Amino acid sequence: MDLLSVNSVNKSYGGVIANIDVSLTVPKGKIVGIIGPNGSGKTTLFNSIVGHHPIDSGEIYFNGEEISSLPIPKIARLGMLRTFQQTHIYGKMTCIQNMQISSDIDANWKRVFNPFSKDVDEMVNELLAFVGLYKKRFLLAGDLSFGQQKLLEFAMALMKKPTILLLDEPTAGVNPTLINGLIDRLHQVNEEKGITLLVIEHNMRVVMNLAEHIYCLANGTMLADGKPDEIQNDQRVIDAYLGN
Amino acid sequence: MIIKNKQNNFIWLGLAISAIAPFFFPNHITLLTYIWVMIILALTWDMLGGQTGYTSFGNILFFGVGMYVCAVVQRDMFSSGLDRFERVSEVVVSLNASEYFISLAVGTFSGAIVAVLLAVILGSGILGMRGHYFAICTLGLGHAAAEITSGIEYLGAGSGMVTPIYPSELLVGKEGFYYYAFLLVAITTFFLFRKIYQSQFGLALNAIRDNENKAESMGIHTTQYKIAGWSISAFFLAIAGAGVGNVIGFIDPVEIAFSGPTFGVWMIVMAILGGKGTIWGPVLGAIILYSAKETFWTYLLGWDKVALGLLILIVVVYFPKGILGYFKERKQLSNSILSQKGES
Ligand SMILES: Nc1ncnc2c1ncn2[C@@H]1O[C@H](COP(=O)(O)OP(=O)(O)O)[C@@H](O)[C@H]1O
Ligand SMILES: [Mg+2]
Repeated sequence: MDLLSVNSVNKSYGGVIANIDVSLTVPKGKIVGIIGPNGSGKTTLFNSIVGHHPIDSGEIYFNGEEISSLPIPKIARLGMLRTFQQTHIYGKMTCIQNMQISSDIDANWKRVFNPFSKDVDEMVNELLAFVGLYKKRFLLAGDLSFGQQKLLEFAMALMKKPTILLLDEPTAGVNPTLINGLIDRLHQVNEEKGITLLVIEHNMRVVMNLAEHIYCLANGTMLADGKPDEIQNDQRVIDAYLGN
Repeated sequence: MIIKNKQNNFIWLGLAISAIAPFFFPNHITLLTYIWVMIILALTWDMLGGQTGYTSFGNILFFGVGMYVCAVVQRDMFSSGLDRFERVSEVVVSLNASEYFISLAVGTFSGAIVAVLLAVILGSGILGMRGHYFAICTLGLGHAAAEITSGIEYLGAGSGMVTPIYPSELLVGKEGFYYYAFLLVAITTFFLFRKIYQSQFGLALNAIRDNENKAESMGIHTTQYKIAGWSISAFFLAIAGAGVGNVIGFIDPVEIAFSGPTFGVWMIVMAILGGKGTIWGPVLGAIILYSAKETFWTYLLGWDKVALGLLILIVVVYFPKGILGYFKERKQLSNSILSQKGES
């Protein structure tokens, strides 16, 4: 069964039509990519999926459940998390605190007035080491570089043990020497933790290395989809990128 | 560890001094009592205002509600004197010692519960909004409460109520009793809030302050946390209100219970002055501001309000992060420099 399926979603902001009749499916356990020129409606689609704004029409199914009218925290708690293109972290809190608060604190209301458990702290250290931020753990997240904040945000999402992770341009702004390492980690997360990934990526090389299936958006519509080599050789895709 | 021990020694010393202070300043016990009141006001304001970043101009509501509910319980619990008098504001009930303390305890607790209920109901309505909108919505709360109360004859309307006379046959006098009562409440509030801020709940409040969209997208039910935080504040604020009504001896809707320009503004300024979003900041701010206010009042006579206003202005302009916020930032800066050195 498809873990996530988006059926004919439309979304406009006042006069700006950002998504027109967009559909896509993400099978469980896979890595799926979304590409498209700037302003083609990729982030808008993410916002629609996670409940950031109401959609104008269409359906969104997650694990067989219609979620298009659920609020953000509820969808998150179903196991679908997203990271932001412009990083969203808790700037005045340390990296460790950013990670701790990303654990499932609502799981047990009675313990919410306790400090974090040893298990959580172990997981925090492990994941900070995983993304290479262990040395920075006592720093305020707001003092990290943009790329480091992206890594932190990724690690924070992993704290929640999501079923699916929606990553909005995870390599944008990351130091080029770190990008290959990040691709490896994304593969690792997918294979070892079984987390399904839906990745918006501007960098063609990255998405070709990462995704098994790629969707291409242009001007708000779904232009094409297919395997990486199919997309790479699709004339419409090439035109959309060159024409931009 | 060393820092922790130092801090605890400091706390013990402070408590020891506080415990014996009334014996050294027998003529200023009420003044000292007000320092504890101010600490409670500043600490409770800071839970939302500092830790969560939600400025409330309406917390005075809970203070006044606690005051009125307690006074009504004290008046009516053991006597039905109401119908013997023409005007409610002139009712003075005299209670024996046990009646006095039982009605005070029941009244204080009832006031706190009513305040919590109000916080939950109001919070469900306006804490779903983001910071600035919430702040605007709280602007009129105290004023509205004063207006409503002024129209209710059962509460003495505009002339207010008189709280019961402290029983005279006791070993501990009224001033001493309320000094130690407020000392106890302030300390309880401090340690409880400190524990809360070190817990998962406290970090959730900070997460909301730093990036509420992120907190939501990570599955945190932010509105519930804000409501819970406001309710905890309301609980202790109402207790403070109940006590203050009795310390003063009479209550009045505009000048005392829902007095925005005094208690309502002070709680905000004290927290900001000391350093909002820290546990010690509100304590420090309360001590400094209240001492300054009393000094100005004693020595500057008619100019005290001007001097206080000037002090507030200086704080807001030059120390927007407050005294502790200023030091905290410097410490964090040196941390960050150290770790960068460690890397190269
Ligand atoms: N909040 C918004 N309000 C109005 N217009 C928006 C908003 N967000 C995006 N848009 C517009 O919608 C279109 C798609 O934007 P976006 O989804 O961010 O594209 P992408 O992520 O593919 O670069 C753009 O024309 C953008 O200007
Ligand atoms: Mg985008």
